[in-house]
Amino acid sequence: MLRWILGAREAPSSAERSPVLLIGEEQPKNRFTELQVLKGHFDIVRFLVQIDDFRCASAGDDALVLIWSVETGERLQELRGHTQQITAITTFSSTNGVAAHASLITASSDRSLSLWDPDTGNRVQTISDLQSSVKCLLVLERQCVWISGGEELCVWSKDFQLQSQRQTHSDNGITALIELPKNCIAAAMDKDIMIYRLTVSTDSSVSVAEIRCLSNHQDQIRSLITVNDGLFASGSHAGELVVWDAVEWNMVARERILWEEPQAGTEIRLGAAQPSEVSIQHLSTNGKLIVAAVGGGLYVYNVLTRSVLAYRKQAHDSNVLHTSLLSDSDVMSCSEDGSVRMWEIQEQPLMAEATSAGLFGGMWSFGRSNKSSVHVSKKTPPDSAPVRTLELTGDLIGHSGAVQMFISFNESALVTCSTDHLLILWKDGQRESQRRSLALLHKLEEKGGL
Amino acid sequence: MIGASDVVALTKEDEYSQAIPDPWALPEEFSIPLHPLADSNPWAKTAYAKFTKDFILISEFSEQVGPQPLLTIPDNPKVCGTFDLNYFSLRIMSVDYQASFVGHPPGSGYPRLSFVEDSRVVLGDSKEGAFAYVHHLTLYDLEARGFVRPFCMAYVATEEKKIMLQFQELSLRFSQASECLKAGNRRAFAKELQRKLRDLEYTHSVLQREEGLQREAGPQCIYSAHTVEKANELANVEKSIFEHRDLLRQISSYHHRPRRDPHAAACNKCVTECWSECEELLERYAKLASPFCFNEEERRTEEGQHQFDEEGVERLDEGDDTSVKRRLSYTPQLIKAKSTKCFDKRLKTLQELCDSTFYEATVELLKETERSFRGDLCYMHTRRLEKSLCRKQRVTNFLFEEEVGDDDEEKETLRPFCAVNHTRDTFPLSNPPPIVLGTELLEFDQLEPSPPPVRSSTVRHTQDSELGLVESHFESSPSDQTLETQESSEETKGSFSSDKSGTCAAAEAQHDNSSDLTPDPDPERESSSEEVETTAGGEEGDQTPVSFLDVMCELEALQENGSEGQTQPLLLPIDTACCIPQEGFLYESEAQICLTPKSPQPCQISVVNQEPQSLFPLPDDYTMGTPCLQNPAAGLELPVGSLGDGVSHTSAEDGSDCTISTSTGSDSTALSLGYGGVVTLRQRKKAGHGALRFVRQYPFAMQALWCLLSGRTLVVLGADEGRVRRLVSALALFVPGPGKYGEKVQAWLSCSITLTDLQRWKLIGLQRVASPVGSNMLYSLSRYSRYISVLDADQRTLRCPPYRGHLLTNIADHRTFIRRGATYFLHVQSTLCHLAARAFLFTFTHHLHLPVCSTEGPEVVEGRRRCFLQKQLELGEEDSQILLYLSQLITQHYLHTSTGHTDAAPLFSFKYSTSLLYKHRP
Repeated sequence: MLRWILGAREAPSSAERSPVLLIGEEQPKNRFTELQVLKGHFDIVRFLVQIDDFRCASAGDDALVLIWSVETGERLQELRGHTQQITAITTFSSTNGVAAHASLITASSDRSLSLWDPDTGNRVQTISDLQSSVKCLLVLERQCVWISGGEELCVWSKDFQLQSQRQTHSDNGITALIELPKNCIAAAMDKDIMIYRLTVSTDSSVSVAEIRCLSNHQDQIRSLITVNDGLFASGSHAGELVVWDAVEWNMVARERILWEEPQAGTEIRLGAAQPSEVSIQHLSTNGKLIVAAVGGGLYVYNVLTRSVLAYRKQAHDSNVLHTSLLSDSDVMSCSEDGSVRMWEIQEQPLMAEATSAGLFGGMWSFGRSNKSSVHVSKKTPPDSAPVRTLELTGDLIGHSGAVQMFISFNESALVTCSTDHLLILWKDGQRESQRRSLALLHKLEEKGGL
Repeated sequence: MIGASDVVALTKEDEYSQAIPDPWALPEEFSIPLHPLADSNPWAKTAYAKFTKDFILISEFSEQVGPQPLLTIPDNPKVCGTFDLNYFSLRIMSVDYQASFVGHPPGSGYPRLSFVEDSRVVLGDSKEGAFAYVHHLTLYDLEARGFVRPFCMAYVATEEKKIMLQFQELSLRFSQASECLKAGNRRAFAKELQRKLRDLEYTHSVLQREEGLQREAGPQCIYSAHTVEKANELANVEKSIFEHRDLLRQISSYHHRPRRDPHAAACNKCVTECWSECEELLERYAKLASPFCFNEEERRTEEGQHQFDEEGVERLDEGDDTSVKRRLSYTPQLIKAKSTKCFDKRLKTLQELCDSTFYEATVELLKETERSFRGDLCYMHTRRLEKSLCRKQRVTNFLFEEEVGDDDEEKETLRPFCAVNHTRDTFPLSNPPPIVLGTELLEFDQLEPSPPPVRSSTVRHTQDSELGLVESHFESSPSDQTLETQESSEETKGSFSSDKSGTCAAAEAQHDNSSDLTPDPDPERESSSEEVETTAGGEEGDQTPVSFLDVMCELEALQENGSEGQTQPLLLPIDTACCIPQEGFLYESEAQICLTPKSPQPCQISVVNQEPQSLFPLPDDYTMGTPCLQNPAAGLELPVGSLGDGVSHTSAEDGSDCTISTSTGSDSTALSLGYGGVVTLRQRKKAGHGALRFVRQYPFAMQALWCLLSGRTLVVLGADEGRVRRLVSALALFVPGPGKYGEKVQAWLSCSITLTDLQRWKLIGLQRVASPVGSNMLYSLSRYSRYISVLDADQRTLRCPPYRGHLLTNIADHRTFIRRGATYFLHVQSTLCHLAARAFLFTFTHHLHLPVCSTEGPEVVEGRRRCFLQKQLELGEEDSQILLYLSQLITQHYLHTSTGHTDAAPLFSFKYSTSLLYKHRP
């Protein structure tokens, strides 16, 4: 493609990229035909949070939190106060009186926690001089508390009073927190998942007790998500995807993802690929499907049938950082290569070309044989492996650095953030131009003529 | 360029429905008479004129040497060539109609300053081929005879018609200049008086001391001849002091006078400053007059009318005297009893007469006037026509037209209202005179809100008058019609001198009739006009514009002073010696505009003249598009270096361009683009030449133009900076909404492009570098390849989506017969204007964006929109994209300008479509 630009001087060297699908410039299914570059950050933007239907907050290494209007692309507020990079951000909705009011809780490396009002930009509450910096935040709406995870696990009341504190025994501390039924929470700590139970005593003080430690992963847990009321899932650096029962805390299914070259290449690969290639960076789900970002590839797992629905090994040129299931068939992913790609889960066109079972051969053959692994998908016949494919329907190119995260607004807008300090607001150009036309006619009417 | 008749479709129907019954007929102002009359050749007269360009001449009627030219603008001896300025000064100074009478008017003890209004005359010298608008004004000079120095400023042109048609505007501009001069002059005069008074005081005190010494020395009852002489001298000095003090008072009361000149609205700030200065002086010299105290008694009996002054003086304490004197840096001089006579003294120059700041401001003002009247009538006509039409389509102007903003327009006609840079808000609102050049009213906008009923008879259409005298009336509402404004319109008379006095007379007769028939419901107005009538009736013979009002003014001034009111006769006998009666000069008394400060009303203009026939090659100096604004970022410009070759420059200049093999284009244009300077029409016209070359050289020019017009960023890639810059400046013509300073164009970029660059610029010149940096850049190019089209200037390839439309075939035809850049530019402009008009229609048509009834869904509207584009406008897919893009720009512009600035980031829209590679096969 570049030959015409490069001239004859440089031979095209795209051979090595061949496994990655190139969609080309004709993308009829890509509706994002308009973009706005949102400038304001001075360093890597790592987090995006949706506040409500038309606002989102972005935070990053420059210790800034910015509130944006998704409709106009305007910067609404600038939340300044932290001195070091933001490590976690979450929304916190409190119903005071009639309407629910969304606030933001941020945690930073400066070992402080802050509560912000996104409407006014005020820092409502702040806690500084924590023992360690907080790595993840979890709001428990029902219990009216929120939890910060780091080297210690702290439970806070709504008005920022420390309710309970508990040291963890891991070096890395808690990297992820999810809520489980029956007042339980799961925390990912290195290779283990720790289940805690919160008990609210009569004097409304909250205490935390360790219940169970799930140590089935062989490597560091990178991702921990709630799938649905009965299930949660975790993914590790070694490519292990485990689906757990949320009540019983035992393994429901376990997949070990190994990208093995199906063709007989000259180089002989061992079953265990490079760890970074199989590392599960991110998991996302809609309750039925789990999308795992595995290295530079994508992997769709059906929770109901406990089987791999579709996969693509080379979905991106480099690691996929964030994924999202927009619907039952639409997947979106962003990657270190600076692009966002949209995928559609389609029926496999030719069954004859079904991939060899060897691809997933290692699924169950590795790992400690846990006693609780009765539900492991051993029964899965090799020939019933992926029945569908992930087809690229469009890609968004704009960022010049890794796209850290994206959030989608009602399918009409998409905000992406990146290491290039920018946010990009992608929109449906046709819809937007129609909206503007109406605005114009409205304005015309207001002014009563030209 | 408003060359396309489509633009007319934008205007409201009712404006044209009467004038043009046939919608397909060309508007009158575009039509070219098939058989131009033989004598209407605008160049016929220039054949025997001894100068080539119009200029402004300032002359003086010197009391020592008679009429003499002082200054020409432009200040270049080449301007007037062999034209005899001395003779012409004599001519123009001999038609001074200022009613200046000087000296002591009967009944007044002191010499009076004459407050003269300027007079405006048009005169022609057919032998010399020169016609001039002459503006006479009077400045004060203490040393001059009667304290006045008559000056005149003349706009000298070869075309009579030009002067006639521009009369209103010339009058306005010269009035401004004159006001400025006079304001400075008043200041200078007051200062001079101050100095003189101080001298007199000093002389007086010296004389007094001498007299006192004598008195003490000699016996009381004997008066020697010497003593008598001394006493006389003293008395003279005293009288002189009174005279000068009176003059000071007069000059400070200057601004109290009601002005009869409608154009003479001076800057309030200037006036107040000058006034307060005068007041201060007046006060100071009232205090200084104390030495008179001991012969107070005699004086009081002698000169009864001064008693108020004297008493005022008496009340003062002596202490002030010294304190004031201490402050003064000026050392007073003894004044000799007999002042020198006029011929051996040096008269002050104009610069000395006026404050130098005011003088310079005036010269600046006149220079701008000269600039704005450059070019001949045809040129001015088309330009103004274009401008007024542009003003009509403000909504779409930003796309392809030069920006003609509100402020721009005002700037051009009224900008230097106060030439000494006082802010504009200090002066009372006034309307610039309407531009009258064609038979059509050019001020469409003013008429849009239907004007309140204007008395029909005052608005006359002198369609048949051959001279094309400009008639316009600003009718003020009756309540605002004061005595002054009413009279001023009658009073200030411009004189038209002409060989065709017969037609003029006829015109006037006709005019008089109509004005006589005017029924006037307003009693005040009626009465005042009666008064004027009587005055005018009595003086028909000597045609003196001074009349009743002068007296009124004088009276008012006197009553304010409260001293001499009783002794003043009601009517002043007119010093007819000052008013040279001239045969053959006619007064067009109603060809005036009366500006009322409070209620500007829509004006009605009608003009009689023949249409300028066509555009013709203008002399180089005249091709100035807009008064060339200084490039604000001129310092940033790259040195031209070896790229600026003079040969190609001239080839572009003289118009015989577009010989592909030899001409390399004008680098000056290319280089000046994209550095923040205002893109002038001149530059754009030059770019037309480059664009024509591009179209003829590159077979894929159409695709490139389509990219630009449909909003796809075009990157011109090349190793040679000059070449890339030339291409960019040529292609910049086709960038819709390039911004006033060409913000959407980047002529030369040598780093890799980013997404923000694409968002900001629609046309980018990119340096091809063979280095790691270069490969980086190529990577960014390929990364963003979906958003851009790349024109490789070195290999002559273009990579862009295919274009199969037909909309651009007529501007991007490489076999075009157009040979000249300027022609091509106009051709392109008209096509683009056409496009903009369609986009406007598309944008503002309700049913294309809104459902007609509630049952319609969005897809029906979408279908209707597509149908409109395809069926009604007959546009294909790609052509529709152009229109949609333009429409989107219009929408954004409209929304943006009405909501004001937001911090929202700019939008960047694109389309996902496959690009093809076009190659040039020589």
